[in-house]
Amino acid sequence: MALPIYASPLERVWHWTYRVLCALIFLFLIAPILIVIPLSFNAEPYFTFTEKMLSLDPTGYSLRWYDLLLTFGMQAPDAARDGGWWGDVWRNATWVQVAKNSVVIGFFSTLLATALGTLAALGLSRPEMPFRRSIMAILISPMIVPIIITATGLFFFYSSIGIRNWGVPYLGVILAHATLGIPFVIITVTATLVGFDHSLTRAAASLGAAPATIFRKITLPLILPGMVSGALFAFVTSFDEVVVVMFIAAPDEQTIPRQMWNGIREQISPAILSVATILVVVSVLLLATIEILRRRGERLRGVTPA
Amino acid sequence: MADITADIAPGPTAGSSDPAAGRLTTADGQPLARALARAQARSRRRALLLVAPLLLFVLITFVVPIGQMLYRSVHNDAFARNMPNLAIWFADHPAGTEPDEAAFAALAADLQKARADKTAGEVGTRINYEISGTRSLFTSSARNADDLQPPYRESVLALDEDWGDPRLWQVMRGASTAYTASFYLAALDLTRDETGAIARVEENRRVYVRLFVKTLALSALITGICLMLGFPVAHLLAVLPLARSNLLMILVLLPFWTSLLVRTTSWMVLLQEQGVINNMLVAGGVIDDGSRIRMMYNQAGTIIAMVHILLPFMILPLYSVMRPINPSYVRAARSLGATSWTAFRRVYLPQTLPGIGAGSLLVFILAVGYYITPALVGGASGQLISNLIAYHMQDSLNWSMAAALAAILLAIVLMLYWLYDRLIGIDNMKLG
Repeated sequence: MALPIYASPLERVWHWTYRVLCALIFLFLIAPILIVIPLSFNAEPYFTFTEKMLSLDPTGYSLRWYDLLLTFGMQAPDAARDGGWWGDVWRNATWVQVAKNSVVIGFFSTLLATALGTLAALGLSRPEMPFRRSIMAILISPMIVPIIITATGLFFFYSSIGIRNWGVPYLGVILAHATLGIPFVIITVTATLVGFDHSLTRAAASLGAAPATIFRKITLPLILPGMVSGALFAFVTSFDEVVVVMFIAAPDEQTIPRQMWNGIREQISPAILSVATILVVVSVLLLATIEILRRRGERLRGVTPA
Repeated sequence: MADITADIAPGPTAGSSDPAAGRLTTADGQPLARALARAQARSRRRALLLVAPLLLFVLITFVVPIGQMLYRSVHNDAFARNMPNLAIWFADHPAGTEPDEAAFAALAADLQKARADKTAGEVGTRINYEISGTRSLFTSSARNADDLQPPYRESVLALDEDWGDPRLWQVMRGASTAYTASFYLAALDLTRDETGAIARVEENRRVYVRLFVKTLALSALITGICLMLGFPVAHLLAVLPLARSNLLMILVLLPFWTSLLVRTTSWMVLLQEQGVINNMLVAGGVIDDGSRIRMMYNQAGTIIAMVHILLPFMILPLYSVMRPINPSYVRAARSLGATSWTAFRRVYLPQTLPGIGAGSLLVFILAVGYYITPALVGGASGQLISNLIAYHMQDSLNWSMAAALAAILLAIVLMLYWLYDRLIGIDNMKLG
């Protein structure tokens, strides 16, 4: 946005003020996320930069909070750090347990949301789909309805059908998280189907391909980027969800955000910041994946960036 | 996997209304119109079949549970089920009837039954929702219920003279039917007085309407701040060359992808009285050590953290509307003599209205139902309606009240959602 040569002095001043304002807003967006990273290496149990940290003294920094993540909840945290110690971490450390729960719940709810959501998106993108608008409104609504209402409803529903006694671990949370992730899958997959050239499938059919072959060879590769980014959204939704877990999960089904919630409410310590740092790294990786997929999708569909 | 097959000509134009279609036939002699209608019905069924599993799934795991919860807001049979004799007396006598000997006899019989079934606590809790302190009246009276003798009126009043309170009888009448509107009345700060007429509760107990208003006002404020911060940023992203704006876009998308709890934690770190911002202000000499600013555990904390969390939801729709706006319009306006402000106001701004509408509605809808951030950084004054629902669910255990509040919140959100669908269309919702 180059400044035109006929700009008046007032416009020049505004032009630079505007840039500074934008820079400040970007700082507001990103600073809170970056600030936790150095603070998680704090050697002291404070939430602020100590003088040693500011003077870049190595003794001001430590990995003690990351160490605490491993040892918290262990049976014998002070034993020698050999294979047995790591086995203890894997079996007993609280944060490791909740991370395992988060991954299991996230994986299965994503699988369910992606499979059902993709099928539905295929149906919804057909021009002859009846009641399209109302059905779409129902399927997107889990994203819009306040989470506390969903959680309350599920709490009553699950206790009335006694889902915990069915003997399937995590079932209630997985079903709930799948429901919450479905809108994202539908939105991303229908978006890839907007530019979908239906003459491709018709050409394949006229050449004698069976519907299953058409789906596998023509449709699937084209909608795959949308599916994967929808799946990532669904996974993040599950991975970040705390209210439903709070209301319906069994005591041994707690997840990372649920444990963070406990940590923030009860014994807030910089250990929370080390978890936060790890999660920031995870979200950077996710963002990179999404970006790569988006570019690949645009290239495949022949949409060149404007 | 079914897919569109080659034998159907898609498009709504051909149909039985076309007069020429009646005379055309397919190769096997059927009228073309009927063959086409059949083919279209088949493909409609196929499309519906693809959506059916998910629709069923969402109905079972989402719509039914919420419906069941809403039912709870009008249905509470804790009193009617456990106090059958009184329920019959209330049904036989119209509102306003003085409780007579028969009524007290029914009460005595029910209290004895409650003692035998150990349900006095449950019944008392139901009445206690509306008159606080009455739970113990029921439990202690039930404990001594076996001593009650005719005449029951004197006997019951001798046990505890609170039983003569006309308001208590009014509330028991309301609770004697399983279906009740009393939780909705309470959620709107209304109650029934001794005569059964609807009246407002005392000034100091009007909490719910005020909280609803506060939730809507705070959401509007947050939406306004998001628009003010999001508009310039989205504009900058839209006019920069794509390579550079994609780089800057990372600064918007990274917060969007970062865990909500991580962002809330960061704000707690920044805003605490011993936190980074206060320390910087003290170190910079702006404030002195004794007068650190309290930015958290109050409304300010809720507003700051929620603006940060919801800002990407404003920037992304604005950006997607601003990107395709042709810069020649503004240039043309300038060349025709408009000042830069006039060109912005009359030419650029109207073109961004769809984005402003989409972003504002989305942010407002999300803000109205927010729970986690107010619960963690809001303190006492920064709580929203969702937090009160959670309080009734987890602490006061008045589940019917939680359900009534949730129903009102849901009605507000669904109205906004309908508006969003009307103005912008759900299909146009974009992510990332």
